[in-house]
Amino acid sequence: MGSARLYAAVAAGGFRRYATYRAATAAGVFTNTVFGLILVHTYLALWDERPHLGGYDQAQAVTYVWLGQALYATFAIQGGGVEKDLMARIRTGEIAIDLYRPADLQLWWLATDLGRALFQLVGRGVVPFAVGALLFPTALPRDAGTWAAFVLALLLGLVVSFGIRYLFALSAFWLLDGQGVSQAMMILGIFCSGMTLPLNAFPAGFGEVLRALPWAAQVQVPADVLMGEASWADAFAFQAAWAVALLGAGRLVQAAATRRVVVQGG
Amino acid sequence: MTGRPVAECAAAARPWTPEPAPGGSRLTESLRTYRLVAGMWIRSTMAYRTSFALTVVGNLLITGLDFATILLMFAQVDSLGGWSLPEVALLYGVSATAFGVADLVMGSMDVLGGRMRDGSFDTLLVRPAPVLAQVAADHFALRRLGRITQGALVLGWGLVSVDADWSPVKVLLLPVAVLSGAALFGALFVAGASFQFVAQDAAEVQNAFTYGGTTLLQYPPSVFGRDLVRSVTCLVPLAFVNWVPVSYVLDRPLPLGLPAWTAAVSPVVAGVCCALAGLAWRTALRSYRSTGS
Repeated sequence: MGSARLYAAVAAGGFRRYATYRAATAAGVFTNTVFGLILVHTYLALWDERPHLGGYDQAQAVTYVWLGQALYATFAIQGGGVEKDLMARIRTGEIAIDLYRPADLQLWWLATDLGRALFQLVGRGVVPFAVGALLFPTALPRDAGTWAAFVLALLLGLVVSFGIRYLFALSAFWLLDGQGVSQAMMILGIFCSGMTLPLNAFPAGFGEVLRALPWAAQVQVPADVLMGEASWADAFAFQAAWAVALLGAGRLVQAAATRRVVVQGG
Repeated sequence: MTGRPVAECAAAARPWTPEPAPGGSRLTESLRTYRLVAGMWIRSTMAYRTSFALTVVGNLLITGLDFATILLMFAQVDSLGGWSLPEVALLYGVSATAFGVADLVMGSMDVLGGRMRDGSFDTLLVRPAPVLAQVAADHFALRRLGRITQGALVLGWGLVSVDADWSPVKVLLLPVAVLSGAALFGALFVAGASFQFVAQDAAEVQNAFTYGGTTLLQYPPSVFGRDLVRSVTCLVPLAFVNWVPVSYVLDRPLPLGLPAWTAAVSPVVAGVCCALAGLAWRTALRSYRSTGS
């Protein structure tokens, strides 16, 4: 299993790279905690007026806020994951070196991104979540099985998240400048993943549409799995289907894109 | 003879020479520096006009997400913390417009940490121009007009649809609140920049106060716990950006039971904050040790 070791090493590299900037990580933890504190109060005011909005009680709404803050960096919801590096490498032409490597391009970047996400989860996610759980009543499960299911939902969500960002990044083969694409990705990411408001609290028809889109796999589905609001089979099937579809689409676009690459030499 | 006469070179170089202008013109000098640096960044942005137009629209949409959230909430309820949608829109409009102005004028100061790390900050120090003006105008981003536009639109809608008992004082209070709010947020940006001298990689901490602050102010004070309201009134006096003046305009009790006249002290609070931020900046700048690279 030489290739498995290769991708494990790549993922470890991704982890180490993000683990290097400790002060920046601490600053991120602080900021996520402050935003969590603000959002919790606004959600509590909302759920005060409309108890059981979207099927959540107050403790579940609070849990949802802190999960969102904990997973914000992990899922790179506003961008800033490996797709940023990938876009830069496509623009500068360094992508030619990546294509030359005896490794699969998509798996290479997926491994890097999983390493990054694991660090963001441990380094940036745990502390805000713990602070939230200490200060406010939360709805957390007591059985290990649900936590295991939550971890699996996170992993599947990460693959979906990468799948989305990989497709956006590949557009740089045609557009070269990724600024507009990054902006679009950020808007869609924040809104459609349920970072602003849980998708089940959206007005009915609109919420239904958003919950069918891949972004829902990132915060909404893991949160529902953790809080016992979704059947595991449905949740995993939804995430896995989007993961396969997005990775497949990524391969197709990648094949079309790499046919365009002309190495000028130098 | 090649090369231009000395006098002509001196004339060409003049924009950067500190003029011994009469009458305490450090401010004039700062403004001129700011104008020159910002103008340079605008020219460089305008080289790609379509890209500029698109990023303004994108900026407007991104900042609009905050208000979209509020609209979604009001799709489910009629009031939040006892405040109606037009009233919340008024809070939002004042906070977002004030923050937008500060963000346009000072908002790129988070690149300071990076400049210190790579040594390019030293270049700013040897130029005969005020450092703060150079740093504030660094990476000047005209696309931030998007945020101001979005905030002003919500403010306008809030003004038209809110049910308030207008008086000349109240009408005057709103522009004063927006300007004082911009100065207050500006002071926060300068304080954040000073903090970067101590913690270069930790630039994100200031986001908790700047972006976090404007998010906080978009909701009524009644939504938050008393301790939180107390700390943003007394510690970091953000409440004077909109909570205090807008509560007065709407004839609501002022946060923490403050007396009515405090609705007018926003400019004073902003002035004190700017002075403190200026002091922090001077202290930080004096303590700066170059990396030497």
